[in-house]
Amino acid sequence: MSTPFYVSPQQQMADRAEYARKGIARGRSLVVLQFADGIVFVGENPSRALHKFSEIYDRIGFAAAGKYNEYENLRIGGVRYADLRGYTYDRDDVTARGLANVYAQTLGTIFSSAGEKPYEVELVVAEVGETREGDQLYRLPHDGSIVDEHGSVAVGGNAEQISSYLDQRHQDGMTLAEALKLAVQALSRDTNGTEREIPAERLEVAVLDRTRPQKRKFKRIGGRQLARLLGAEGDGGEEDSASEDAE
Amino acid sequence: MEANTRSTGRLPAAFLTPGSSSFMDFLSEHQPEILPGNRQLPPTQGVIEAPHGTTIVAVTFPGGVVLAGDRRATMGNVIAQRDIEKVFPADEYSAVGIAGTAGLAVEMVKLFQLELEHFEKVEGAQLSLEGKANRLSTMIRSNLGMAMQGLAVVPLFAGYDTGRDSGRIFSYDVTGGRSEETNFAATGSGSIFARGAMKKLFRDDLTEEEATTLVVQALYDAADDDSATGGPDVARRIYPIVTVITEDGFRRLTDEESSEIARSILARRLEQPDGPRASLL
Repeated sequence: MSTPFYVSPQQQMADRAEYARKGIARGRSLVVLQFADGIVFVGENPSRALHKFSEIYDRIGFAAAGKYNEYENLRIGGVRYADLRGYTYDRDDVTARGLANVYAQTLGTIFSSAGEKPYEVELVVAEVGETREGDQLYRLPHDGSIVDEHGSVAVGGNAEQISSYLDQRHQDGMTLAEALKLAVQALSRDTNGTEREIPAERLEVAVLDRTRPQKRKFKRIGGRQLARLLGAEGDGGEEDSASEDAE
Repeated sequence: MEANTRSTGRLPAAFLTPGSSSFMDFLSEHQPEILPGNRQLPPTQGVIEAPHGTTIVAVTFPGGVVLAGDRRATMGNVIAQRDIEKVFPADEYSAVGIAGTAGLAVEMVKLFQLELEHFEKVEGAQLSLEGKANRLSTMIRSNLGMAMQGLAVVPLFAGYDTGRDSGRIFSYDVTGGRSEETNFAATGSGSIFARGAMKKLFRDDLTEEEATTLVVQALYDAADDDSATGGPDVARRIYPIVTVITEDGFRRLTDEESSEIARSILARRLEQPDGPRASLL
């Protein structure tokens, strides 16, 4: 039997972080931004069935980049957490902040426990409020930290570049079509600065729309509605929100 | 217990274990004590007094189904509540109306709604109408112990079947036995009278408006002969709850709409107390 090499804790953490970051970078990035009537999730996703965005609870949505089976596991855990909490207390007692905390604790414990491999995921938990000021956006990197974001957030391998692009251009009170187009522009820029075209059928789009009459505010946007929103050139105006529920 | 959601720590292992898409299955593994069916009952003598809900009716029409209920809850011979709600949306395309012990029934509906929503979120698809009806069956069966002590819950489940493009109605007995009803159904103490009314008034080419009027007529007849069923309360502006489920999803009639139906029926009954007559042959 040989004696194991000594690895300093700093080195160990740095290695684990690098491992997780590399895993996350293999997938495509995605963005979440606020618009006038809520929060929109936009990402490139060739799959129709394996979603990157989903509903957690009435006003809470979930977005994830990285390894599918790992974030799917966290997503279902979050749905279970939210449903159980809403059942034992009240629906209003389920909040994005609470959920983000639980995710942070979970990711943090996994990241620092020597027996487990770190999760190669980066999450966004978003909650749409009654007004724009009430919206909440939390970014949760692989190591269990929480970042409280405003306006726009990008996660995934290329996130830094995309966020800085968004930070410069995102404005308060954009319409859904404007926010969507900005998101697509941000996602179409490659690391080396060249632009590529992302066709509408490779886009996954969902919104948390505070104007929806139902108590569940999460809604996927696809097909004709997505094409219409993307097609509306600059002039905007008529496609104010997702209110025309055309599938 | 390590297994609670009150702590803000890491999600317990049960939350991250791949498994069933059913919320009830998750609860029964993780926190079985909060499932209504697992409650330990002390031995009791006689029947426990608790508010009871009474009459629920449903009728299909081409393209949908109507589910409606009166507003009265009784405890023995006393009216416990005049404006109770006994008809609830189960999800976008189905609704459930409950007769029996009100407290347990409302809890069952809450869990049933959650069960359907949970499945939908986890799977990314809705359960089939048949699947929903079976799930409700399981829940009633788990209440059998309490039903034996007089705390029975007997729901009526109605929904729009997107596969068949039609409304369907399912009725239940206290043991969870489920049967699909054709055309119309009723449950609760006033149901025999409501069923008689519906039998005479039903046609298979009803419009949505006619179907909503029909159920209010039936509830009126139930209230007429059953003291536990409440009729439209014009003085307090309490009217039956009427819900319609079609291709467009669940819709509950507004108070104005249901009051209009109830008032027009009341006006007719002032002239003809026994209501519309069917022809003899």
